Amino acid sequence: ISGSGSTLLGYIGIDTIIEQMRKKTMKTGFDFNIMVVGHSGLGKSTLVNTLFKSQVSRKSAGWARDDKIPKTVDIKAVSHVLEEGGVKMKLTVVDTPGFGDQINNDNCWEPISKYINEQYEKFLKEEVNITRKKRIPDTRVHCCLYFISPTGHSLRQLDVEFMKRLSHSVNIIPVIAKADTMTIEERQDFKQRVRKELEMGGIEFYPQKEFDEDMEDKSDNDKIREAMPFAVVGSDKEYQVNGKRVLGRKTAWGIVEVENPNHCEFAQLRDFLIRSHLQDLKEVTHNIHYETYRAKRLNENGGLHPISSNDTQESNL
Amino acid sequence: MKRYLGVKSERVCLHQGLSYTMEGMDTIQHQRNLEGYVGFANLPNQVYRKSVKRGFEFTLMVVGESGLGKSTLINSLFLTDLYSKDYPGPSQRIKKTVQVEQSKVLIKEGGVQLTLTIVDTPGFGDAVDNSNCWQPVINYIDSKCEDFLNAESRVNRRSMPDNRVHCCLYFIAPSGHGLKPLDIEFMKRLHDKVNVIPLIAKADTLTPEECQLFKKQIMKEIQEHKIKIYEFPDTEDDEDNKLIRKIKEKMPLAVVGSNVVIEVNGKKVRGRQYPWGVAEVENGEHCDFTVLRNMLIRTHMQDLKDVTNNVHYENYRSKKLAAVTCNGVDTTKTKGQLTKSPLAQMEEERREHVMKMKKMEAEMEQVFEMKVKEKKQKLKDSEAELERRHEQMKRNLEAQYKELEEKRRVYEDEKANWEAQQRILEQQKLDASKTMEKNKKKGKIF
Repeated sequence: ISGSGSTLLGYIGIDTIIEQMRKKTMKTGFDFNIMVVGHSGLGKSTLVNTLFKSQVSRKSAGWARDDKIPKTVDIKAVSHVLEEGGVKMKLTVVDTPGFGDQINNDNCWEPISKYINEQYEKFLKEEVNITRKKRIPDTRVHCCLYFISPTGHSLRQLDVEFMKRLSHSVNIIPVIAKADTMTIEERQDFKQRVRKELEMGGIEFYPQKEFDEDMEDKSDNDKIREAMPFAVVGSDKEYQVNGKRVLGRKTAWGIVEVENPNHCEFAQLRDFLIRSHLQDLKEVTHNIHYETYRAKRLNENGGLHPISSNDTQESNL
Repeated sequence: MKRYLGVKSERVCLHQGLSYTMEGMDTIQHQRNLEGYVGFANLPNQVYRKSVKRGFEFTLMVVGESGLGKSTLINSLFLTDLYSKDYPGPSQRIKKTVQVEQSKVLIKEGGVQLTLTIVDTPGFGDAVDNSNCWQPVINYIDSKCEDFLNAESRVNRRSMPDNRVHCCLYFIAPSGHGLKPLDIEFMKRLHDKVNVIPLIAKADTLTPEECQLFKKQIMKEIQEHKIKIYEFPDTEDDEDNKLIRKIKEKMPLAVVGSNVVIEVNGKKVRGRQYPWGVAEVENGEHCDFTVLRNMLIRTHMQDLKDVTNNVHYENYRSKKLAAVTCNGVDTTKTKGQLTKSPLAQMEEERREHVMKMKKMEAEMEQVFEMKVKEKKQKLKDSEAELERRHEQMKRNLEAQYKELEEKRRVYEDEKANWEAQQRILEQQKLDASKTMEKNKKKGKIF
């Protein structure tokens, strides 16, 4: 045994750190906060239920119309603890009923923007405190799913306005809702038009090009960006197709299979969101969006004094 | 010929062609069987032939947010490519205000020609702020009714083109929940101006159960808000009534539009091709398109026109004419139709005007009085001021006067003294001269 510094003389055990991290994560569990935005009837609640394979979102289809459409945008956050393979996840779904439903929708994005900033503010306050909690509860919105109406033509003015204003403070993932409205060609055309409009409006949706760290990331993310926005269909009903039980929607002319990549892109969205980029979403939120907010806040007041809880009015966004 | 008609009155006299009772002298009409062929059964044919020669007109308006398949549905209904060049044209441009665009097309079928006018409303409901986006639509409908009213009231009524909107198809987005506030507002404002037929657009988004729930929800909301959508009239024929009842149950109709022909099981059908199947447009189990087409074109087109003419247009007309004296613009055109009420209205207006004048006068008087009071006050103040100054000046003067008096006395005294002194001096001088004289005399004597 001889040699250069890189050859180990025996087994040290550095690689067990991965196992240690895994054990730690499993014990502590982690938080994930997802916000769904879009006007009513686009299948938001159904999609979230389908994504997380459980009734995490109050289903609106069976809505007795006693809950009228709220006059201003409501922000409703519901938390559930899900467990899978020993890993605990505290999932918080933030719903925004009333968005885009009024006749006059001016500034309906303001309550949403305010909510997002309030979460950053809460975190900042905790961080700036003299005696800090060991693990600061993270209520910041890690991901905002924006539902685009499948008109087949282009984005609506409200869509563009919302995404322009919020793409710099939260990760926005646009999805085309109720994709079973369109045939495959219509879908492709629509996607291309939407992507062009997003580009023209300077809207950076997640995964943002500027945050690609290396070539590998870039190529992966490029592929994803080409395929976005994902055209999805949600459902929590199961049907028998070719002997298998699948989630789908039964119409008179066939069954739309939710997890069939030939039918819609739900599987792609799910893999992207949960299986590969979940941690990245949290990191981008923490390292970039939160830091931007923090820098702005601290520069404003010129000091590190913890801001009072009444002072959540943001100057601009 | 005398015939017993079975009327339950006592004395019935029958004469050729007339039957009356001794009591009321009413003419009772009964259906009589004819003895021979007269020929007026041919009347419908004559009407028919005349109308065919004249041709028919129909104006259809489509309203709804962009991307709901309005243009596709129109193309499917009339089997033409009315919007082929424009697709996705009028809906593509994001408009700042709602436009109202009309396109005319002449359709001929079986010797009958139909001038079809399609009125589109691109930009409806697309902006962020959609308040009053229904106003251009209302203005359009009213302007067409006004044109017709003017044409009707003209002296020369040779050609009266009927451009009134006969039917308005309102497209509801297939959210599956219910009506949006915009839908409710729009329908509330238009249900008494035009025949509103609500449709569920892009119905292939919904499964049959969702569709049923959605329809029920919509009808409930329509009734809640007392929206009067177009009602199918009951006919005398039982068969037709059954059909009509079936249609009513299906309201609002869930439609899918397409002009693309696809082959299904060897048959060529119009439909939309999905990876999981083909949604056929003309299949009654897939959507209600055939119901809509039959209702709109094959059975109820004339009825829609009649309701527009008899109900909506008459509403408009009476409202317009009752308001005629409020804005003198229309008086010249409708002189011949003035009734008592406009005169009374004019009288009322005059009284109102007089009262208004009186009020203004009273107000002006008040203002005037106030001003007068103010001025008086001011004058009084300046008078007091002047008085004060006057007093002061007088006192000043008196003081000066006294001073002067003082000085004068002093001066007098001095003068008196000086004079006294002078006299003494004079005396002395005289005395001196006298003594000198004496001396002189004395001297001389020496």
